[in-house]
Amino acid sequence: MSLLNEQLQGQLRTIFADMKNDMTLAVFTQKDGCETCEDTVSFMKEIEALSDKIHFEALDIDADQERAKAYNVKMVPSIVMLNDKKEYLGIKFNGIPAGHEINSFIPAILEVSGAGEALPESFLNQISAIKDPVNIKVFVTLSCPHCAGAVQKAHKLALESPMIDAEMVEAQTFYALSDQFNVSSVPKIVINDQYEFVGNQPLEVFLEEIAKTQSA
Amino acid sequence: MELKLNMDLGNSKKMPGLDKTKVFDLLIVGSGPAGLNAALYAKRKGLSVGLVGKKTGGQVIDTTSVENYLGFEFKTGEDLIKEFSQHVASLEVPLLKDAEVASLEKVEDWIHINLSTGEVLEARSVILATGSRPRRLGVKGEDDFLGKGVAYCAICDGPLFEGLDVIVAGGGNSAVEAAIDLAKIANSVTLVHRSQFRADQIVIDKLNTYSNVKVHLETEIIEVQGGPLMSGIVVKDKATGETRTIEANGLFVEIGYLPNSGYAKGFVQMNNKEEIIVNALNETSVPGVFAAGDVTDIPYKQIIIAASEGAKAALTANDYINRLK
Ligand SMILES: Cc1cc2nc3c(=O)[nH]c(=O)nc-3n(C[C@H](O)[C@H](O)[C@H](O)COP(=O)(O)OP(=O)(O)OC[C@H]3O[C@@H](n4cnc5c(N)ncnc54)[C@H](O)[C@@H]3O)c2cc1C
Repeated sequence: MSLLNEQLQGQLRTIFADMKNDMTLAVFTQKDGCETCEDTVSFMKEIEALSDKIHFEALDIDADQERAKAYNVKMVPSIVMLNDKKEYLGIKFNGIPAGHEINSFIPAILEVSGAGEALPESFLNQISAIKDPVNIKVFVTLSCPHCAGAVQKAHKLALESPMIDAEMVEAQTFYALSDQFNVSSVPKIVINDQYEFVGNQPLEVFLEEIAKTQSA
Repeated sequence: MELKLNMDLGNSKKMPGLDKTKVFDLLIVGSGPAGLNAALYAKRKGLSVGLVGKKTGGQVIDTTSVENYLGFEFKTGEDLIKEFSQHVASLEVPLLKDAEVASLEKVEDWIHINLSTGEVLEARSVILATGSRPRRLGVKGEDDFLGKGVAYCAICDGPLFEGLDVIVAGGGNSAVEAAIDLAKIANSVTLVHRSQFRADQIVIDKLNTYSNVKVHLETEIIEVQGGPLMSGIVVKDKATGETRTIEANGLFVEIGYLPNSGYAKGFVQMNNKEEIIVNALNETSVPGVFAAGDVTDIPYKQIIIAASEGAKAALTANDYINRLK
């Protein structure tokens, strides 16, 4: 299965020309019982082929337990983005980032390569005050036009703070998890499995909810 | 699961960023069809023009299919917006993305646009093209079950209701189209509307081809029930006055739109629906301030109408600027 036609390949090559450093797509799969793993791997290989700076690494959630633990990978398929020093910056996609999620996936590649845009000062001060670990799950569907915006915000926060781990969760692939968090409108954002809100809200709202998880 | 990639044009062909310190001839607030077409016309007239918007494409992005825009028999909402923004991008109109206008002020002959970030933009004229947002039912339980069954975007949340039972509230084109989209995914769809259909006959005919769709007209929704997730709605039959419960996992509300005009309250005149009042030249009550599209009191909220109103507003703004010069 190929998701990228020639036109898209051309557009993506142009976009990837702006990448600064190398980056790795570390893709976790599992031998059995993973319906979308094969499609995800083939899609990531298609992406890898579009830039010399993008590298693909295949991992197995069972065989590579240590690495999975280091990146907090709990489900497959899961795509972990690593920078040129192979460091994990808190950016992860659970489920195939196709459909509209291409619009959060491509910018994330650029960000991890060091070619992102800076956030305004006022946010940076708030983000640097985050001292306790934060996990942000953004539940999406691939047909949702605003979801990618929310995923991008969560990932941006992760990039700016070593305490934040941000992950996209494709709600149909991981329906048991979606069920557990009563996801019936997307994007749904769940912070530390406890605080939640719906919609692609401004960064201020993300930061307000994150503040609730911090010890005084 | 629909894997087909839906690349946002913002990623490839970029409109240049907007210089916040520059005083523009014209700034356009809102980048839906009205704002984009206004930008096209103003730029071609030679005005220095910029766009300020929260989300490029406006409501069209949330539309599955558009079948009534002249020249295109069928386009997805997104593809249509790609055509629009590509056209505007080819003229290099600067765009300030993800920006929300909080209020407006007239300072001597200049108009100040105050952003939610506290920043201020300045222009000699502005076009307000901020469109509209979904109207809520305003019934008991609607807020409590928001995101727990109650939804306002059928293409976003439809896939989460695969094999389940859903209700669509409304009787216009948006409601009937949402019901058609949902009928392909859900176990059953019940369309509930308090009066008769307002939708085009051609879409009603299409809805009637689905065997898992039921329609209740002249039926009013009075409550959303459940706990912790929505379990159904209470409706009242308008003819008999009897109430009953319809069980369902989801309720998609598609009952029309409210103008996004809050930031202009007290600045320009509005009607009792809070739509900005404009004359045939798209002038508002404040000289130099024009408005176009769904946010105005112009009847019929449609893409082609919003786009052409945007063109008119830009032409009037051009005359206004020329008189100042
Ligand atoms: C589900 C659905 C289906 C539809 N189907 C059709 C169809 O098939 N055919 C048809 O002709 N019409 C259809 N319509 C109607 C059509 O989409 C609207 O009439 C049209 O989009 C109006 O254009 P606009 O530019 O006036 O406003 P909008 O499209 O609403 O755009 C306004 C823009 O302004 C932004 N904005 C709002 N407030 C602010 C602020 N304070 N600061 C900065 N930016 C702001 C918004 O984010 C938005 O991007 C449909 C609408 C919906 C919701």
